[in-house]
Amino acid sequence: MARTSREIKRRIASISSTQQITRAMEMVAAAKLRKVQDRVASTRPYYERLAGSLAVVLQAVEGSGVELPEIAQRRTGERHCLVVLSSDRGLAGGYNTNVIRRAEAFLQEHPHTELVIVGRKARDYFRRRNRTALAEYVGLGDEPQFRQGMDIGQVILDFYLHGMFDQVAILYTQFINTLTQRVRLRPVLPIQSEIASGSSGPEPVYIFEPSATAVLEELIPLYVNAAIYQSLIEAKASEMAARMNAMAQATDNAEELIEELNKTFHRMRQAQITKEIAEIVGGADALQA
Amino acid sequence: MAVFSLEVLTPERTVVSTEVEYALLPGTDGQFGVLANHQPLMAALGLGIVEFGPLRGKRRKIALGGGFVEMHGNKMVIIARTAELAEEIDVLRAREAKRRAEERLRSQRSDVDTARAQIALQKALLRLKVANDE
Repeated sequence: MARTSREIKRRIASISSTQQITRAMEMVAAAKLRKVQDRVASTRPYYERLAGSLAVVLQAVEGSGVELPEIAQRRTGERHCLVVLSSDRGLAGGYNTNVIRRAEAFLQEHPHTELVIVGRKARDYFRRRNRTALAEYVGLGDEPQFRQGMDIGQVILDFYLHGMFDQVAILYTQFINTLTQRVRLRPVLPIQSEIASGSSGPEPVYIFEPSATAVLEELIPLYVNAAIYQSLIEAKASEMAARMNAMAQATDNAEELIEELNKTFHRMRQAQITKEIAEIVGGADALQA
Repeated sequence: MAVFSLEVLTPERTVVSTEVEYALLPGTDGQFGVLANHQPLMAALGLGIVEFGPLRGKRRKIALGGGFVEMHGNKMVIIARTAELAEEIDVLRAREAKRRAEERLRSQRSDVDTARAQIALQKALLRLKVANDE
């Protein structure tokens, strides 16, 4: 580590400019997080309501003995579709690594899996491994729109109805709070009637207009789109929180490093001065002698 | 008159959360009205107008882009694809959308998706109707 004081000075300058960048990125991520965090709260009720109603209709249709519409029928096959939600940009700590690791584990467990990839990070990762995806979405921006959820949902529904796979799940990062985000697997299709079986007592008897089957057919696409959209929002909030934390950490580390280098710098300067004084004194002594 | 709670949710936000005495809904087989203490109901909704409020007094309107309604124990929830309150509708934008849709329908080019243009036109007309009808 011992170098000239000029080198140390240069390093301090370089680290502080990096620190400025990480601090700015931290603040940008914090601002974006605040925006998308509100939307996590405002999109959850829609999705949860929808899931709850879907369970009621599904039970009613099953109870009535009418044949389920094709889209709601149980499939037992082992062909999966995994929607992987990653981010376009890095510098977000372990955010993308965690998602990708979980995806790899899923692929190990279910070899017959088609991938639908969102985000540049996961796309690049799977491309490098020559793994083709059914569909790829990059550059969705920092504020996911319902349209985007619909576009992805439409593609998945089409493939599902054509029998490309039997099960669909979304791999996303749930936003719990600013410090905690968790990678979660959200099963979407086939519809499970247990989604919201927490109700107590007998279910009230509903009237269905025009019919329970028609309501179910209307609900399922809505549900799939909402599930994807909601996951996109959660993932985006998690990404911003992860980036904010990573950048806060980086800023702190830079601070520590600068302090350390400053100390070294002053120690060296002090040593230099001491040495010079010693030389002067030595010189003076020599003259007097 | 007895009241019930009405909530209109879109994927993006809660559009309305209020107490009403009646609601008029665009069912897929035609308009129907709902009063308080209705039997538990679930219905698919089409493109159309949702009207609600006290029986006497100020009624409010929503341009609904389809969805479905669940009513249960004097709680009505409308899960909408899109929903806009009359006072929120941007009339200029709706007019513009109407003009564009009509143009596309007229052009008869093979790359025009007629079904989509039709829907766009219907939506624009609906929004204009809701906005001007106050």
